[in-house]
Amino acid sequence: MIHWLKRFYFLGIGLFLALPLIVVAGVSVNAKQTLAFPPQGFSLGWYGEIFTNPEWRAALVASVVLATTSAALAVLIALPLSWFLWRRIAPWANIFQVLGIAPFTLPPVITALGLLTFWATTGFYGQPWTAVIGHAIFFVTLPLVTLSLGFSAIDRSFVEAAATMGANDRTIFRTIVLPLILPYLVSGYAFAFVLSLNEYIVAYMTVGFTLETLPIKIFNALRYGYTPTMASVTVLFVFIAALIFSLVARFGDLPKLLGAMASDEP
Amino acid sequence: MKREPPQSIADYGPLFFPAGMLLLFFVVPFGTMIAVSFFQRQEGGFYTPAFVFSNYERFLSAFFGGVLGFSLMLAVTVAICCVVLALPFTYLLTKLTRRLQVFWLVALLSVLSLSEVIIGFAWSTLLSRTAGISNLLVRTGLLDQPVALFPSFGAVLTGMVYQALPYTILVLYPAIIRLDPTLMEAARTLGSSPIRAFFNVLVPALRNTIMATLIMVFIFALGSYLLPQILGRPQHWTLSVLITDQAIYQSNMPFAAAMAVFLVLVTLGLVALTLLVGRKGEKA
Repeated sequence: MIHWLKRFYFLGIGLFLALPLIVVAGVSVNAKQTLAFPPQGFSLGWYGEIFTNPEWRAALVASVVLATTSAALAVLIALPLSWFLWRRIAPWANIFQVLGIAPFTLPPVITALGLLTFWATTGFYGQPWTAVIGHAIFFVTLPLVTLSLGFSAIDRSFVEAAATMGANDRTIFRTIVLPLILPYLVSGYAFAFVLSLNEYIVAYMTVGFTLETLPIKIFNALRYGYTPTMASVTVLFVFIAALIFSLVARFGDLPKLLGAMASDEP
Repeated sequence: MKREPPQSIADYGPLFFPAGMLLLFFVVPFGTMIAVSFFQRQEGGFYTPAFVFSNYERFLSAFFGGVLGFSLMLAVTVAICCVVLALPFTYLLTKLTRRLQVFWLVALLSVLSLSEVIIGFAWSTLLSRTAGISNLLVRTGLLDQPVALFPSFGAVLTGMVYQALPYTILVLYPAIIRLDPTLMEAARTLGSSPIRAFFNVLVPALRNTIMATLIMVFIFALGSYLLPQILGRPQHWTLSVLITDQAIYQSNMPFAAAMAVFLVLVTLGLVALTLLVGRKGEKA
């Protein structure tokens, strides 16, 4: 009986998580411009719409560019910082680790409003590049956490052997450290990329009136006119997230990665 | 190469860029926000430097008290629902094969990374009159005609539990996977049923983890911003919604900033509490 109870519980949670997405997937294949479920007719036209309709395509491009660049910037901030913390004994430098984790721990509206007042004061409010910095700061936590996990997993005797044989810091970094932390670097980038793709409030409050990312576009469509394209974009996003996390799981140790991630948060 | 303190200024080199970015784009904006919360608001959306407490005094109104009370109540309810649902689930998850665990983790991460906009849209479709579950109930004869189940408090709560449940499971996962498996085995050998062992052995052993998770999910739920707007009525708006509303639509930046500072204080207080709970757990 317990066995069945377990199955039933997994099924229940699975259904709860999947049900809204199933309905959205159904809505996305409607033949006409209606959000009916079960779908009336069958058409994949709303998926084509994401790429052919200039507005949706522009939003998709904006989101992908933002996610690609901001995740890269987040990694550029996280990598030297976690390298320094691993290489040197400087307890006070841990403050920067805390600063990197803080934006992600606080309610997002705080970071969003902080950046809004900052850009408004400095006169850059609304510039598209400010969103890249905003997202990089907001999501720097993710590469920071994966990278500090990666560094802590490096066997220091490798590094000592290399140093004994005369390798300097730069050579050691290139030939030993980088190959060993590469999986952690990539997963940190992947996490930041997916979350940036889906982020709404920081983007909305800093560049909401000048740059329409996909989440902003979906929200505007929710307000000013429903179209099944919203549903097809949603399905696309779920697909992208599942694909990227499957790849992370395929090439890295997902349970280990998650085990460390949660314990690093307060 | 041993780990050593930095010798020269060049040794600090790698720290310059990350430290500069974090100071300039997190600490300075944060400070700007605190400063603005004391500024004087002018008509027409501008504000002038000043040092007034009037933005904080507005908290004392009944309206603000109501919103704050509702936000806290909503976040507490979400946290309790999530932990109650997630605890048995996460325990069962850690007992699965590695392959299945990875499958579930990928699914949970995918749902967790979904935009609030997307979650709001998905649930509003599911609860709508035209495409929602009420159609299913009509077909099975439980309802006479389809009804819209949102906007309502139930819809807001469901959406937020949906958003926070994967987070809760992923927070509990490492703690439960590290739990000594012999605890449960001993309980079973001594003749207790799995359910009894769960409540009498597992739950007490995880007491501190559960407390810390409740607080973390509470903070997470406090940040929810779009779901109360999409799935609820104006009386279901939370502090996060009100902050954005004041900043963007009412152009009252000083008041928005004051509310944000207040929200930070509440959150930091809770983080401190989590750390305290965690420390006590280590000693015990």
